[in-house]
Amino acid sequence: MSEPTQPSREYLAAPVLKIGALAWLKDNLFNSWYNSLLTVITLLGLWYLVPPFFKWAFVDSLWNSSAEACRDIDGACWSIIPNNIKFIILGFFPNGEEWRPLLAMFLLLALVVYSKERSRWNKYLGWFWVSGLIVMGTLMYGGIFGMTVVETAQWSGLPLTMMLSFFGMVAAYPLGVLLALGRRSKMPAIKTLCVVYIEMIRGVPLISLLFMSSIMFPLFLPDGMTIDKVLRAQVAIILFTAAYIAEVVRGGLQAMPRGQYEAADSLGLNYRQTMRLIILPQALKIVIPPTVGILLSAFKDTSLVVIIALYDVLKTTKVTLSNPKWTGYSTEAYIFLAVLYFICCYAMSSYSRRLEKELHTGY
Amino acid sequence: MKFVKLMAILLSLSLLTVTFAHAGKDLDAVKKKGYIQAGVNGGVFGFGMPDEKGVWKGLDVDTARAVAAAIFGDASKVKFTPLTAQQRFTALQSGEIDVLTRNATRTLSRETQLGLNFVTVNYYDGQGFMVPKKLGVKSAKELNGATVCVLPGTTTEQNAADYFRTNNMKMNPVVIESTSELAKTFFAGRCDVLTSDASQLAGTRAVAPNPKDYAILPEIISKEPLAPAVRHGDDQFRDIVDFSVLAMINAEELGITSANVDDMAKSKDPIIQRFLGVVPGNGAALGLDENWAYNIVKQVGNYGEIFERNVGVNTTLGIERGLNALWTNGGLMYSPPFK
Repeated sequence: MSEPTQPSREYLAAPVLKIGALAWLKDNLFNSWYNSLLTVITLLGLWYLVPPFFKWAFVDSLWNSSAEACRDIDGACWSIIPNNIKFIILGFFPNGEEWRPLLAMFLLLALVVYSKERSRWNKYLGWFWVSGLIVMGTLMYGGIFGMTVVETAQWSGLPLTMMLSFFGMVAAYPLGVLLALGRRSKMPAIKTLCVVYIEMIRGVPLISLLFMSSIMFPLFLPDGMTIDKVLRAQVAIILFTAAYIAEVVRGGLQAMPRGQYEAADSLGLNYRQTMRLIILPQALKIVIPPTVGILLSAFKDTSLVVIIALYDVLKTTKVTLSNPKWTGYSTEAYIFLAVLYFICCYAMSSYSRRLEKELHTGY
Repeated sequence: MKFVKLMAILLSLSLLTVTFAHAGKDLDAVKKKGYIQAGVNGGVFGFGMPDEKGVWKGLDVDTARAVAAAIFGDASKVKFTPLTAQQRFTALQSGEIDVLTRNATRTLSRETQLGLNFVTVNYYDGQGFMVPKKLGVKSAKELNGATVCVLPGTTTEQNAADYFRTNNMKMNPVVIESTSELAKTFFAGRCDVLTSDASQLAGTRAVAPNPKDYAILPEIISKEPLAPAVRHGDDQFRDIVDFSVLAMINAEELGITSANVDDMAKSKDPIIQRFLGVVPGNGAALGLDENWAYNIVKQVGNYGEIFERNVGVNTTLGIERGLNALWTNGGLMYSPPFK
């Protein structure tokens, strides 16, 4: 009887350089001399930047103090935000009525979130929006149910930014689609009109359009007639964005294969049906990424209304900074604004990515 | 189609906001509206700026309130339109505002070519220089080759360049877009000199990390008489705006303040009686209530009060009266007789 032979075991060291964290580091960060160098430089850079920033922003900082207390510290003075939050966010909206713009913004947000799901896109949603917009307008303007009238001149801060960009996008999009169709039209008058419009608007920067609307335009009006300042800026933004959207949509239209048009023709569809049922749904889908790009820049461009003295959220922040008490803390205030803008823009672009995925029919 | 309907609704709503601001003379229109529309700066502390709660504060703002007090007997009957430097004159010409109280310098070309009437100056300003004391500079004439922090596109930049050229000095401008960045840059030591209106320099120095390290040089290189303005065409309205400013100056000359105006109304002095409307005449002459000057002083204050409240030595700006003192104290504020 022989003893069962033990299989001979060789004890190897764990292959730390093949798997695990160390291996990952070797493969990805130190896989050649130049990558190693880059890694070291980057780490050094981070070492010099991150701890001081962290110390400035969180360790040495004050979050809710007076401006005087901030003078004695080396870190960030975030106190500028809580101390001025009412003016930065709501601007001139009368004191005691703050709930109105807040509720209006909340309503808008709720409607946007509700409309996210494509399964909810039906005609009731349209009516939701119409009634929602009327309620929001009433909340902002007042005049009924015992709410005091708040003129558009007092609409400022975040509600103004949201209004300018939201209506700017919502009104510019269909206008842009119409312009794109018009530019491809076979009717010479319409085609020329659209081409002239698009090229003229795209030939000037938004700033000059805003200047025109706020400085030149009033001089052409009949004596004594004035048009609301906010409305003038809103129209300028819509006209501007529409021209850019038109060109993007035209790109989508031109990308449609001839066969699609011919198929529609052979089914006996007229122009409207062809566009509505066959061409536009496909064309608009393929231009989602550039369209979102334009909408994002339109959103950020609304901050240009600063130059015509409309108090959007950037201008209210700037005004806060011109108070000598808070003059030194522009970095903190601008970081706050950057975060605010980033949240909005990131939400928009991640939604567009989702929409793209959902609409992808895979041909 | 839903969309078309929606657009139609929105369009018709927006047409409602088209308004006819005035028909005929400015004063009639203002009285009919029930308030005056004043163009203000919106971003200059001490002159025209909303505070943390969105309430307008400043010397120019109080000047507009004085006009409202004179016309309506109520200083709150005024609406403020913040305007940029480019917009301000167009807004006045087009009738969007009735009176411009936005630290505008009175000049010949503005008065004539732009069709404006400036009234009595409510603040005498001028451009100056601020330097760090460690530079050891005592006069602006010693600034040859200095780097100068300045705001772009204003008369400030032009004035500084002219001053350096006439004195055969070389200037290296550092142009920075906003006032707060400008101050930060200067305190960080990126330029030797900060130039701006003297009223601004005082305010900037007040918020320096160490105010004692900075000196404002004695030279004032430009004249900036800041005055309210109205458009050509309604002389009566112009007179009212003019005498609203003068009433505040006159009240200070006579020693009448918002606190003692009720006692002063009982005075036997015929000058004070005429001024406060106890003896009627001035109000009727301007087409106003006889209480107009009383209302200004009672609700807004005399010139000294609005100066000290907004820009004076006890505010963050900490500006001395200087040129803006009464003529009896060596300044330029002088009021004609109210009779």
